[in-house]
Amino acid sequence: MNFIDEVRTYLDINHEAVVQSLVDHIWLALLPVAIAFVLSLPIGWLVVRFGWVRHPVLTLSSVIYTVPSLALLLLLPGILHTSVLDPLNVVVALSLYSLALLVRTVVDGLESIDDQVVQSATAMGYRPTRRWFTVELPLALPVILSGLRVATVANISMVTVAALIGIGGLGQLFTRGFQLGFYAPPIAIGLVLCVLLALVADTAIVLVQRLLTPWTRAEDAR
Amino acid sequence: MIEFDDVTKRYPDGTVAVGGLSLTIPTGGITVLVGPSGCGKTTSLRMINRMIDPTSGTIRIDGEDVLKQDPALLRRSIGYVIQHAGLFPHRTVVDNVATVPVLNGVPRKQARARAYELLERVGLTAGMADRYPVQLSGGQQQRVGVARALAADPPVMLMDEPFSAVDPVVREGLQQEFLRLQGELGKTIVMVTHDIDEAIKLGDHVAVFAEGGRLAQLSTPEELLSKPADDFVAGFVGRDRGYRGLSFAGSADLAVEPVTTEVEGLRLSLDDAGRPLGWTGSGALLPTEGSFHLGDSLRVVTDLTLLSPAGAAVRVDAEGRADGIVRQGALAAYVRERQLGRLGSTGS
Repeated sequence: MNFIDEVRTYLDINHEAVVQSLVDHIWLALLPVAIAFVLSLPIGWLVVRFGWVRHPVLTLSSVIYTVPSLALLLLLPGILHTSVLDPLNVVVALSLYSLALLVRTVVDGLESIDDQVVQSATAMGYRPTRRWFTVELPLALPVILSGLRVATVANISMVTVAALIGIGGLGQLFTRGFQLGFYAPPIAIGLVLCVLLALVADTAIVLVQRLLTPWTRAEDAR
Repeated sequence: MIEFDDVTKRYPDGTVAVGGLSLTIPTGGITVLVGPSGCGKTTSLRMINRMIDPTSGTIRIDGEDVLKQDPALLRRSIGYVIQHAGLFPHRTVVDNVATVPVLNGVPRKQARARAYELLERVGLTAGMADRYPVQLSGGQQQRVGVARALAADPPVMLMDEPFSAVDPVVREGLQQEFLRLQGELGKTIVMVTHDIDEAIKLGDHVAVFAEGGRLAQLSTPEELLSKPADDFVAGFVGRDRGYRGLSFAGSADLAVEPVTTEVEGLRLSLDDAGRPLGWTGSGALLPTEGSFHLGDSLRVVTDLTLLSPAGAAVRVDAEGRADGIVRQGALAAYVRERQLGRLGSTGS
Protein backbone atom coordinates (compact mmCIF):
# COMPACT_ATOMS: atom_id res chain seq x y z
CA MET A 1 0.00 0.00 0.00
CA ASN A 2 1.56 3.27 -1.07
CA PHE A 3 1.42 6.53 0.92
CA ILE A 4 -1.44 8.11 -1.05
CA ASP A 5 -3.60 5.06 -0.43
CA GLU A 6 -2.73 5.13 3.24
CA VAL A 7 -3.85 8.75 3.47
CA ARG A 8 -7.04 7.93 1.60
CA THR A 9 -7.82 5.03 3.91
CA TYR A 10 -7.13 7.19 6.96
CA LEU A 11 -9.53 9.85 5.64
CA ASP A 12 -12.22 7.25 4.87
CA ILE A 13 -12.22 6.12 8.47
CA ASN A 14 -11.54 9.46 10.21
CA HIS A 15 -13.02 12.14 7.94
CA GLU A 16 -15.48 13.36 10.57
CA ALA A 17 -12.71 13.88 13.12
CA VAL A 18 -10.51 15.59 10.53
CA VAL A 19 -13.28 17.99 9.51
CA GLN A 20 -14.02 18.72 13.17
CA SER A 21 -10.32 19.45 13.74
CA LEU A 22 -10.30 21.81 10.78
CA VAL A 23 -13.39 23.67 12.00
CA ASP A 24 -11.95 23.94 15.51
CA HIS A 25 -8.68 25.14 14.04
CA ILE A 26 -10.33 27.86 12.00
CA TRP A 27 -12.19 29.50 14.85
CA LEU A 28 -9.39 28.96 17.37
CA ALA A 29 -7.01 30.77 14.99
CA LEU A 30 -9.25 33.50 13.61
CA LEU A 31 -11.30 34.55 16.62
CA PRO A 32 -8.16 35.76 18.48
CA VAL A 33 -7.01 37.75 15.42
CA ALA A 34 -10.41 39.40 15.21
CA ILE A 35 -10.39 40.26 18.92
CA ALA A 36 -6.81 41.54 18.73
CA PHE A 37 -7.57 43.62 15.62
CA VAL A 38 -10.50 45.36 17.27
CA LEU A 39 -8.44 46.07 20.41
CA SER A 40 -5.30 47.16 18.56
CA LEU A 41 -6.99 50.16 16.87
CA PRO A 42 -7.84 52.14 20.03
CA ILE A 43 -4.56 51.12 21.70
CA GLY A 44 -2.59 52.21 18.60
CA TRP A 45 -4.52 55.48 18.60
CA LEU A 46 -3.62 56.04 22.27
CA VAL A 47 0.08 55.40 21.60
CA VAL A 48 0.18 57.86 18.69
CA ARG A 49 -1.98 60.45 20.45
CA PHE A 50 -0.28 60.39 23.87
CA GLY A 51 3.48 60.11 23.77
CA TRP A 52 3.89 58.80 27.33
CA VAL A 53 1.79 55.69 26.58
CA ARG A 54 4.21 54.64 23.89
CA HIS A 55 7.07 53.20 25.89
CA PRO A 56 5.08 51.07 28.38
CA VAL A 57 2.70 49.72 25.73
CA LEU A 58 5.36 48.79 23.18
CA THR A 59 7.62 47.28 25.87
CA LEU A 60 4.73 45.20 27.20
CA SER A 61 3.99 44.03 23.64
CA SER A 62 7.56 42.83 23.22
CA VAL A 63 7.53 41.07 26.60
CA ILE A 64 4.27 39.25 25.81
CA TYR A 65 5.68 38.11 22.52
CA THR A 66 8.72 36.52 24.21
CA VAL A 67 6.67 34.34 26.60
CA PRO A 68 6.75 30.77 25.22
CA SER A 69 3.30 29.74 24.03
CA LEU A 70 3.20 26.43 25.87
CA ALA A 71 4.09 28.16 29.13
CA LEU A 72 1.37 30.74 28.59
CA LEU A 73 -1.20 28.03 27.85
CA LEU A 74 -0.32 26.29 31.09
CA LEU A 75 -0.29 29.50 33.14
CA LEU A 76 -3.58 30.96 31.93
CA PRO A 77 -5.96 28.47 33.65
CA GLY A 78 -4.47 29.60 36.96
CA ILE A 79 -4.96 33.27 36.13
CA LEU A 80 -8.39 32.97 34.47
CA HIS A 81 -9.70 30.23 36.81
CA THR A 82 -10.60 28.12 33.80
CA SER A 83 -10.09 24.40 33.35
CA VAL A 84 -6.95 23.35 31.49
CA LEU A 85 -9.08 21.93 28.68
CA ASP A 86 -11.09 25.12 28.21
CA PRO A 87 -10.55 26.49 24.66
CA LEU A 88 -10.86 29.98 26.21
CA ASN A 89 -7.21 29.62 27.31
CA VAL A 90 -6.10 29.24 23.71
CA VAL A 91 -8.25 32.15 22.56
CA VAL A 92 -6.87 34.43 25.27
CA ALA A 93 -3.26 33.38 24.70
CA LEU A 94 -3.40 33.84 20.94
CA SER A 95 -5.29 37.14 21.33
CA LEU A 96 -2.42 38.41 23.44
CA TYR A 97 0.18 37.36 20.87
CA SER A 98 -1.80 38.87 17.99
CA LEU A 99 -2.40 42.03 19.95
CA ALA A 100 1.30 42.41 20.69
CA LEU A 101 2.00 42.17 16.97
CA LEU A 102 -0.90 44.30 15.74
CA VAL A 103 -0.47 47.21 18.17
CA ARG A 104 2.97 47.77 16.72
CA THR A 105 1.78 47.69 13.12
CA VAL A 106 -1.19 49.97 13.88
CA VAL A 107 1.26 52.46 15.41
CA ASP A 108 3.59 52.11 12.41
CA GLY A 109 0.66 52.54 10.05
CA LEU A 110 -0.66 55.65 11.75
CA GLU A 111 2.82 57.14 11.89
CA SER A 112 3.44 56.47 8.19
CA ILE A 113 0.83 59.08 7.22
CA ASP A 114 2.15 62.31 5.71
CA ASP A 115 1.56 65.01 8.31
CA GLN A 116 0.74 67.48 5.51
CA VAL A 117 -2.32 65.40 4.66
CA VAL A 118 -3.56 65.36 8.25
CA GLN A 119 -2.93 69.11 8.51
CA SER A 120 -4.83 69.80 5.32
CA ALA A 121 -7.73 67.60 6.53
CA THR A 122 -7.86 69.72 9.67
CA ALA A 123 -7.72 72.90 7.60
CA MET A 124 -10.62 71.64 5.43
CA GLY A 125 -12.72 71.55 8.61
CA TYR A 126 -12.62 67.91 9.72
CA ARG A 127 -13.31 67.30 13.39
CA PRO A 128 -10.81 64.90 14.99
CA THR A 129 -13.04 61.78 15.18
CA ARG A 130 -14.25 61.96 11.61
CA ARG A 131 -10.73 62.75 10.44
CA TRP A 132 -9.40 59.64 12.21
CA PHE A 133 -11.95 57.28 10.68
CA THR A 134 -12.08 58.74 7.16
CA VAL A 135 -8.55 60.02 6.59
CA GLU A 136 -6.02 58.60 9.05
CA LEU A 137 -7.33 55.04 9.39
CA PRO A 138 -7.74 54.47 5.62
CA LEU A 139 -4.25 55.81 4.98
CA ALA A 140 -2.80 53.52 7.68
CA LEU A 141 -4.66 50.48 6.30
CA PRO A 142 -1.96 49.21 3.90
CA VAL A 143 0.50 48.85 6.79
CA ILE A 144 -2.13 47.59 9.24
CA LEU A 145 -3.41 44.94 6.84
CA SER A 146 0.07 43.65 6.12
CA GLY A 147 0.48 43.23 9.90
CA LEU A 148 -2.87 41.44 9.97
CA ARG A 149 -1.60 38.99 7.36
CA VAL A 150 1.43 38.13 9.50
CA ALA A 151 -0.69 37.77 12.65
CA THR A 152 -3.25 35.54 10.89
CA VAL A 153 -0.70 33.17 9.38
CA ALA A 154 1.27 33.04 12.65
CA ASN A 155 -1.92 32.16 14.54
CA ILE A 156 -2.90 29.40 12.16
CA SER A 157 0.46 27.79 12.76
CA MET A 158 0.47 28.46 16.52
CA VAL A 159 -2.94 26.87 17.21
CA THR A 160 -1.38 23.46 16.59
CA VAL A 161 0.43 23.83 19.95
CA ALA A 162 -2.98 23.72 21.66
CA ALA A 163 -3.15 20.00 20.90
CA LEU A 164 -0.33 19.45 23.40
CA ILE A 165 -2.69 20.45 26.21
CA GLY A 166 -5.54 18.47 24.71
CA ILE A 167 -7.48 21.17 22.91
CA GLY A 168 -8.79 20.65 19.36
CA GLY A 169 -7.52 21.86 16.04
CA LEU A 170 -5.35 20.34 13.37
CA GLY A 171 -2.56 19.87 15.94
CA GLN A 172 -4.54 16.87 17.16
CA LEU A 173 -3.64 15.10 13.93
CA PHE A 174 0.04 15.61 14.76
CA THR A 175 -0.34 14.20 18.28
CA ARG A 176 -2.37 11.31 16.84
CA GLY A 177 0.43 10.46 14.42
CA PHE A 178 2.91 10.68 17.27
CA GLN A 179 0.84 8.37 19.48
CA LEU A 180 0.58 5.85 16.64
CA GLY A 181 4.36 5.65 16.53
CA PHE A 182 5.09 8.37 13.96
CA TYR A 183 2.30 7.18 11.69
CA ALA A 184 2.65 9.60 8.75
CA PRO A 185 -0.84 9.99 7.17
CA PRO A 186 -2.54 12.09 9.92
CA ILE A 187 0.60 14.24 10.24
CA ALA A 188 0.65 14.85 6.48
CA ILE A 189 -3.09 15.63 6.39
CA GLY A 190 -2.73 18.07 9.28
CA LEU A 191 0.25 19.75 7.69
CA VAL A 192 -1.37 20.15 4.27
CA LEU A 193 -4.63 21.48 5.75
CA CYS A 194 -2.70 23.90 7.95
CA VAL A 195 -0.74 25.29 5.00
CA LEU A 196 -3.86 25.46 2.81
CA LEU A 197 -5.77 27.26 5.54
CA ALA A 198 -2.94 29.80 5.91
CA LEU A 199 -2.87 30.36 2.15
CA VAL A 200 -6.64 30.83 1.92
CA ALA A 201 -6.71 33.22 4.87
CA ASP A 202 -3.78 35.21 3.49
CA THR A 203 -5.36 35.44 0.04
CA ALA A 204 -8.64 36.58 1.59
CA ILE A 205 -6.89 39.43 3.39
CA VAL A 206 -5.04 40.42 0.22
CA LEU A 207 -8.35 40.57 -1.62
CA VAL A 208 -9.89 42.71 1.11
CA GLN A 209 -6.81 44.92 0.94
CA ARG A 210 -7.23 45.41 -2.81
CA LEU A 211 -10.85 46.27 -2.28
CA LEU A 212 -10.26 48.73 0.56
CA THR A 213 -7.09 50.44 -0.70
CA PRO A 214 -7.45 50.90 -4.46
CA TRP A 215 -5.16 53.95 -4.44
CA THR A 216 -2.12 51.85 -3.56
CA ARG A 217 -2.40 50.11 -6.92
CA ALA A 218 -2.50 53.49 -8.65
CA GLU A 219 0.79 54.23 -6.90
CA ASP A 220 2.32 50.92 -7.97
CA ALA A 221 1.27 51.44 -11.57
CA ARG A 222 3.37 54.59 -11.82
CA MET B 1 -11.93 92.41 5.63
CA ILE B 2 -9.52 90.53 7.87
CA GLU B 3 -8.08 92.48 10.79
CA PHE B 4 -5.12 91.54 12.97
CA ASP B 5 -5.21 93.59 16.14
CA ASP B 6 -1.98 93.51 18.17
CA VAL B 7 -1.59 89.76 17.58
CA THR B 8 1.29 87.94 19.27
CA LYS B 9 2.23 84.28 19.03
CA ARG B 10 4.77 83.14 21.60
CA TYR B 11 5.73 79.49 21.88
CA PRO B 12 6.35 77.77 25.25
CA ASP B 13 10.12 77.84 24.59
CA GLY B 14 9.98 81.63 24.43
CA THR B 15 10.28 82.01 20.66
CA VAL B 16 8.18 84.88 19.39
CA ALA B 17 6.86 83.89 15.96
CA VAL B 18 4.65 86.95 15.59
CA GLY B 19 5.07 90.04 17.73
CA GLY B 20 2.29 92.63 18.12
CA LEU B 21 1.03 92.36 14.55
CA SER B 22 -1.64 94.81 13.45
CA LEU B 23 -2.70 94.45 9.87
CA THR B 24 -5.83 95.01 7.83
CA ILE B 25 -6.42 92.84 4.79
CA PRO B 26 -9.03 94.38 2.47
CA THR B 27 -11.94 92.39 1.03
CA GLY B 28 -11.80 91.22 -2.55
CA GLY B 29 -8.09 91.43 -3.33
CA ILE B 30 -4.91 89.44 -3.14
CA THR B 31 -2.78 90.32 -0.14
CA VAL B 32 0.62 88.65 -0.16
CA LEU B 33 2.58 88.09 3.04
CA VAL B 34 6.23 87.95 2.11
CA GLY B 35 9.47 87.79 4.06
CA PRO B 36 12.51 85.67 4.87
CA SER B 37 12.00 82.26 6.50
CA GLY B 38 11.16 82.46 10.18
CA CYS B 39 9.48 85.84 9.88
CA GLY B 40 6.09 84.60 11.08
CA LYS B 41 4.25 84.94 7.78
CA THR B 42 2.99 81.34 7.75
CA THR B 43 2.13 81.51 11.46
CA SER B 44 0.10 84.66 10.76
CA LEU B 45 -1.71 82.94 7.90
CA ARG B 46 -2.50 79.88 9.97
CA MET B 47 -3.91 82.01 12.78
CA ILE B 48 -6.66 83.21 10.43
CA ASN B 49 -8.31 79.77 10.25
CA ARG B 50 -7.21 78.78 13.76
CA MET B 51 -4.72 76.13 12.71
CA ILE B 52 -2.71 78.07 15.31
CA ASP B 53 -4.26 80.21 18.04
CA PRO B 54 -2.56 83.49 19.03
CA THR B 55 -1.11 84.00 22.51
CA SER B 56 -2.73 87.45 22.66
CA GLY B 57 -4.56 89.88 20.42
CA THR B 58 -7.60 89.38 18.21
CA ILE B 59 -8.20 88.44 14.60
CA ARG B 60 -11.51 89.39 13.05
CA ILE B 61 -13.02 88.37 9.73
CA ASP B 62 -15.68 90.90 8.71
CA GLY B 63 -15.85 92.01 12.33
CA GLU B 64 -16.27 88.50 13.81
CA ASP B 65 -13.58 87.37 16.26
CA VAL B 66 -12.25 84.04 14.96
CA LEU B 67 -11.47 82.84 18.49
CA LYS B 68 -15.18 82.96 19.30
CA GLN B 69 -16.03 80.62 16.40
CA ASP B 70 -16.11 76.83 16.18
CA PRO B 71 -12.74 75.99 14.55
CA ALA B 72 -14.13 73.26 12.25
CA LEU B 73 -17.00 75.43 10.97
CA LEU B 74 -14.68 78.43 10.61
CA ARG B 75 -12.25 76.37 8.53
CA ARG B 76 -15.01 75.08 6.25
CA SER B 77 -15.83 78.71 5.43
CA ILE B 78 -12.21 79.47 4.45
CA GLY B 79 -10.45 77.93 1.45
CA TYR B 80 -6.96 76.58 2.14
CA VAL B 81 -4.21 75.67 -0.33
CA ILE B 82 -0.75 74.48 0.68
CA GLN B 83 2.58 73.93 -1.01
CA HIS B 84 2.30 70.30 -2.09
CA ALA B 85 -1.47 70.64 -2.40
CA GLY B 86 -1.93 68.26 0.59
CA LEU B 87 -4.44 66.20 -1.36
CA PHE B 88 -5.90 63.04 0.16
CA PRO B 89 -3.97 60.20 -1.50
CA HIS B 90 -6.79 57.70 -0.86
CA ARG B 91 -9.48 59.68 -2.63
CA THR B 92 -9.98 60.30 -6.31
CA VAL B 93 -9.51 63.80 -7.66
CA VAL B 94 -13.25 64.48 -7.81
CA ASP B 95 -13.76 63.27 -4.23
CA ASN B 96 -10.86 65.41 -3.06
CA VAL B 97 -12.57 68.44 -4.56
CA ALA B 98 -15.92 67.47 -3.03
CA THR B 99 -14.42 67.26 0.49
CA VAL B 100 -15.76 70.42 2.10
CA PRO B 101 -19.28 70.30 0.60
CA VAL B 102 -19.56 66.68 1.84
CA LEU B 103 -18.40 67.81 5.30
CA ASN B 104 -21.10 70.46 5.17
CA GLY B 105 -23.72 67.79 4.54
CA VAL B 106 -24.24 68.29 0.82
CA PRO B 107 -25.32 64.95 -0.76
CA ARG B 108 -22.33 63.22 -2.36
CA LYS B 109 -23.84 63.18 -5.84
CA GLN B 110 -24.50 66.90 -5.78
CA ALA B 111 -21.04 67.63 -4.35
CA ARG B 112 -19.44 65.62 -7.14
CA ALA B 113 -21.40 67.44 -9.83
CA ARG B 114 -20.09 70.72 -8.46
CA ALA B 115 -16.58 69.25 -8.25
CA TYR B 116 -16.63 68.40 -11.97
CA GLU B 117 -17.49 72.03 -12.75
CA LEU B 118 -14.64 73.27 -10.59
CA LEU B 119 -12.12 70.91 -12.18
CA GLU B 120 -13.04 72.35 -15.54
CA ARG B 121 -12.75 75.83 -14.13
CA VAL B 122 -9.15 75.26 -13.02
CA GLY B 123 -8.23 73.78 -16.39
CA LEU B 124 -8.43 70.03 -15.75
CA THR B 125 -10.29 67.58 -17.96
CA ALA B 126 -13.14 65.39 -16.75
CA GLY B 127 -10.94 62.38 -17.58
CA MET B 128 -8.71 63.22 -14.64
CA ALA B 129 -11.57 63.26 -12.15
CA ASP B 130 -11.42 59.54 -11.38
CA ARG B 131 -7.65 59.35 -11.00
CA TYR B 132 -5.82 59.35 -7.70
CA PRO B 133 -3.57 62.33 -6.85
CA VAL B 134 -0.42 60.23 -7.28
CA GLN B 135 -1.32 59.86 -10.96
CA LEU B 136 -1.17 63.62 -11.58
CA SER B 137 1.79 65.95 -12.15
CA GLY B 138 2.75 68.49 -9.49
CA GLY B 139 1.09 71.31 -11.41
CA GLN B 140 -2.11 69.32 -11.88
CA GLN B 141 -2.18 68.44 -8.19
CA GLN B 142 -1.89 72.11 -7.35
CA ARG B 143 -4.86 72.88 -9.59
CA VAL B 144 -6.87 70.22 -7.78
CA GLY B 145 -5.79 71.86 -4.51
CA VAL B 146 -7.18 75.18 -5.72
CA ALA B 147 -10.42 73.54 -6.92
CA ARG B 148 -10.80 71.83 -3.55
CA ALA B 149 -10.33 75.14 -1.73
CA LEU B 150 -12.99 76.76 -3.94
CA ALA B 151 -15.55 73.93 -3.64
CA ALA B 152 -17.68 75.45 -0.90
CA ASP B 153 -17.37 78.90 -2.51
CA PRO B 154 -15.67 80.47 0.53
CA PRO B 155 -15.32 84.27 0.52
CA VAL B 156 -11.77 83.97 1.91
CA MET B 157 -8.90 81.81 0.64
CA LEU B 158 -5.59 81.19 2.37
CA MET B 159 -2.68 80.03 0.25
CA ASP B 160 0.62 78.92 1.74
CA GLU B 161 3.39 78.94 -0.90
CA PRO B 162 0.93 77.51 -3.42
CA PHE B 163 3.23 77.71 -6.44
CA SER B 164 6.67 77.04 -5.01
CA ALA B 165 6.77 73.24 -5.39
CA VAL B 166 6.52 73.29 -9.19
CA ASP B 167 9.11 74.14 -11.82
CA PRO B 168 9.38 77.74 -13.09
CA VAL B 169 7.58 77.16 -16.39
CA VAL B 170 4.62 75.45 -14.76
CA ARG B 171 4.64 78.08 -12.01
CA GLU B 172 4.37 80.89 -14.55
CA GLY B 173 1.34 79.19 -16.13
CA LEU B 174 -0.32 78.53 -12.78
CA GLN B 175 0.21 82.15 -11.71
CA GLN B 176 -1.34 83.50 -14.90
CA GLU B 177 -4.31 81.24 -14.55
CA PHE B 178 -4.66 82.06 -10.90
CA LEU B 179 -4.87 85.77 -11.75
CA ARG B 180 -7.46 85.04 -14.44
CA LEU B 181 -9.51 82.96 -11.99
CA GLN B 182 -9.30 85.65 -9.31
CA GLY B 183 -10.42 88.18 -11.91
CA GLU B 184 -13.62 86.14 -12.29
CA LEU B 185 -14.14 85.26 -8.63
CA GLY B 186 -12.92 88.31 -6.70
CA LYS B 187 -12.17 86.36 -3.49
CA THR B 188 -10.35 87.80 -0.53
CA ILE B 189 -7.05 85.99 -0.82
CA VAL B 190 -4.19 85.90 1.65
CA MET B 191 -1.09 84.29 0.20
CA VAL B 192 2.26 83.51 1.79
CA THR B 193 5.44 83.38 -0.28
CA HIS B 194 9.15 83.87 0.26
CA ASP B 195 9.50 85.02 -3.34
CA ILE B 196 9.34 88.82 -3.61
CA ASP B 197 8.89 88.67 -7.39
CA GLU B 198 5.85 86.46 -6.98
CA ALA B 199 4.51 88.85 -4.33
CA ILE B 200 4.92 91.84 -6.65
CA LYS B 201 3.42 90.01 -9.58
CA LEU B 202 0.35 88.58 -7.83
CA GLY B 203 -0.38 90.96 -4.97
CA ASP B 204 -2.81 93.83 -4.93
CA HIS B 205 -1.21 94.52 -1.57
CA VAL B 206 2.08 93.23 -0.25
CA ALA B 207 2.91 92.89 3.44
CA VAL B 208 6.65 92.56 4.01
CA PHE B 209 7.49 90.76 7.26
CA ALA B 210 10.81 91.09 9.07
CA GLU B 211 12.32 88.65 11.57
CA GLY B 212 10.25 88.10 14.71
CA GLY B 213 6.94 88.65 12.97
CA ARG B 214 7.28 92.42 12.63
CA LEU B 215 5.35 94.02 9.78
CA ALA B 216 7.94 96.13 7.95
CA GLN B 217 5.68 97.55 5.25
CA LEU B 218 2.20 97.11 3.82
CA SER B 219 1.60 98.77 0.50
CA THR B 220 0.90 98.22 -3.16
CA PRO B 221 3.64 96.44 -5.10
CA GLU B 222 4.40 99.65 -6.96
CA GLU B 223 4.90 101.63 -3.79
CA LEU B 224 7.03 98.84 -2.34
CA LEU B 225 9.44 99.24 -5.26
CA SER B 226 9.43 103.02 -5.40
CA LYS B 227 9.23 103.82 -1.69
CA PRO B 228 10.54 101.01 0.52
CA ALA B 229 9.83 101.92 4.15
CA ASP B 230 13.33 101.11 5.43
CA ASP B 231 16.66 99.49 4.57
CA PHE B 232 15.33 96.04 5.41
CA VAL B 233 12.51 96.33 2.87
CA ALA B 234 14.81 97.88 0.28
CA GLY B 235 17.27 95.03 0.77
CA PHE B 236 14.55 92.40 0.64
CA VAL B 237 12.93 93.84 -2.46
CA GLY B 238 16.35 93.52 -4.08
CA ARG B 239 18.10 94.97 -7.09
CA ASP B 240 16.62 96.76 -10.10
CA ARG B 241 13.83 98.34 -8.07
CA GLY B 242 13.68 101.27 -10.48
CA TYR B 243 13.46 99.14 -13.55
CA ARG B 244 10.98 96.65 -12.01
CA GLY B 245 8.84 99.56 -10.83
CA LEU B 246 8.29 100.58 -14.45
CA SER B 247 6.04 97.51 -14.79
CA PHE B 248 3.38 99.45 -12.93
CA ALA B 249 3.64 102.60 -15.05
CA GLY B 250 1.50 102.83 -18.19
CA SER B 251 2.72 104.27 -21.46
CA ALA B 252 -0.56 105.94 -22.40
CA ASP B 253 0.69 109.45 -21.60
CA LEU B 254 4.04 108.94 -23.26
CA ALA B 255 4.41 111.30 -26.25
CA VAL B 256 5.45 109.68 -29.53
CA GLU B 257 7.20 111.16 -32.55
CA PRO B 258 6.06 110.56 -36.14
CA VAL B 259 7.14 107.24 -37.62
CA THR B 260 9.02 109.08 -40.34
CA THR B 261 11.45 110.68 -37.84
CA GLU B 262 15.09 109.93 -38.58
CA VAL B 263 16.96 108.52 -35.56
CA GLU B 264 20.77 108.29 -35.53
CA GLY B 265 20.78 108.08 -39.31
CA LEU B 266 18.19 105.31 -39.35
CA ARG B 267 14.63 105.48 -40.59
CA LEU B 268 11.74 103.09 -39.91
CA SER B 269 10.79 101.07 -42.97
CA LEU B 270 7.13 99.97 -43.30
CA ASP B 271 5.30 97.47 -45.46
CA ASP B 272 2.28 98.40 -47.65
CA ALA B 273 -0.13 98.06 -44.72
CA GLY B 274 2.02 100.34 -42.55
CA ARG B 275 3.47 97.58 -40.32
CA PRO B 276 7.10 98.07 -39.25
CA LEU B 277 9.68 95.99 -41.17
CA GLY B 278 12.91 97.27 -39.63
CA TRP B 279 15.32 100.19 -39.50
CA THR B 280 17.16 101.18 -42.65
CA GLY B 281 20.19 103.40 -43.02
CA SER B 282 23.15 103.07 -45.33
CA GLY B 283 23.32 99.28 -45.08
CA ALA B 284 21.02 96.33 -44.54
CA LEU B 285 17.59 96.26 -42.84
CA LEU B 286 18.06 96.13 -39.03
CA PRO B 287 15.38 94.46 -36.87
CA THR B 288 13.04 96.55 -34.67
CA GLU B 289 13.17 93.86 -31.92
CA GLY B 290 9.43 94.19 -31.41
CA SER B 291 6.90 96.92 -30.74
CA PHE B 292 4.50 98.08 -28.02
CA HIS B 293 0.83 98.96 -27.76
CA LEU B 294 -0.77 101.93 -26.09
CA GLY B 295 -1.61 99.95 -22.93
CA ASP B 296 1.83 98.43 -22.38
CA SER B 297 3.96 99.32 -19.36
CA LEU B 298 7.00 101.61 -19.40
CA ARG B 299 9.07 98.51 -18.65
CA VAL B 300 8.16 97.11 -22.07
CA VAL B 301 8.93 100.42 -23.75
CA THR B 302 12.26 100.76 -21.92
CA ASP B 303 13.27 97.27 -22.87
CA LEU B 304 12.49 97.97 -26.55
CA THR B 305 14.59 101.14 -26.57
CA LEU B 306 17.49 99.17 -25.10
CA LEU B 307 17.23 96.47 -27.77
CA SER B 308 16.50 98.70 -30.76
CA PRO B 309 19.46 99.46 -33.06
CA ALA B 310 18.10 103.01 -33.29
CA GLY B 311 17.58 103.35 -29.55
CA ALA B 312 13.90 103.93 -30.21
CA ALA B 313 10.79 101.86 -29.48
CA VAL B 314 8.06 101.51 -32.09
CA ARG B 315 4.43 101.87 -31.07
CA VAL B 316 1.77 100.05 -33.12
CA ASP B 317 -2.03 100.24 -33.15
CA ALA B 318 -4.45 97.35 -32.79
CA GLU B 319 -3.91 96.32 -36.43
CA GLY B 320 -0.13 96.27 -35.98
CA ARG B 321 0.46 99.47 -37.99
CA ALA B 322 3.25 101.69 -36.68
CA ASP B 323 1.81 104.91 -35.25
CA GLY B 324 4.81 106.48 -33.54
CA ILE B 325 8.27 106.04 -32.10
CA VAL B 326 9.79 106.84 -28.69
CA ARG B 327 13.48 107.67 -28.37
CA GLN B 328 15.61 106.86 -25.32
CA GLY B 329 16.06 110.55 -24.52
CA ALA B 330 12.34 111.24 -24.55
CA LEU B 331 11.65 108.16 -22.46
CA ALA B 332 14.32 109.10 -19.92
CA ALA B 333 12.87 112.60 -19.59
CA TYR B 334 9.36 111.18 -19.11
CA VAL B 335 10.50 108.73 -16.43
CA ARG B 336 12.42 111.49 -14.64
CA GLU B 337 9.36 113.81 -14.62
CA ARG B 338 7.21 110.97 -13.35
CA GLN B 339 9.62 110.19 -10.55
CA LEU B 340 9.82 113.84 -9.52
CA GLY B 341 6.03 114.03 -9.48
CA ARG B 342 5.77 110.93 -7.30
CA LEU B 343 8.30 112.15 -4.77
CA GLY B 344 6.64 115.57 -4.66
CA SER B 345 3.20 114.05 -4.09
CA THR B 346 4.21 112.40 -0.81
CA GLY B 347 5.20 115.80 0.58
CA SER B 348 8.35 114.41 2.18
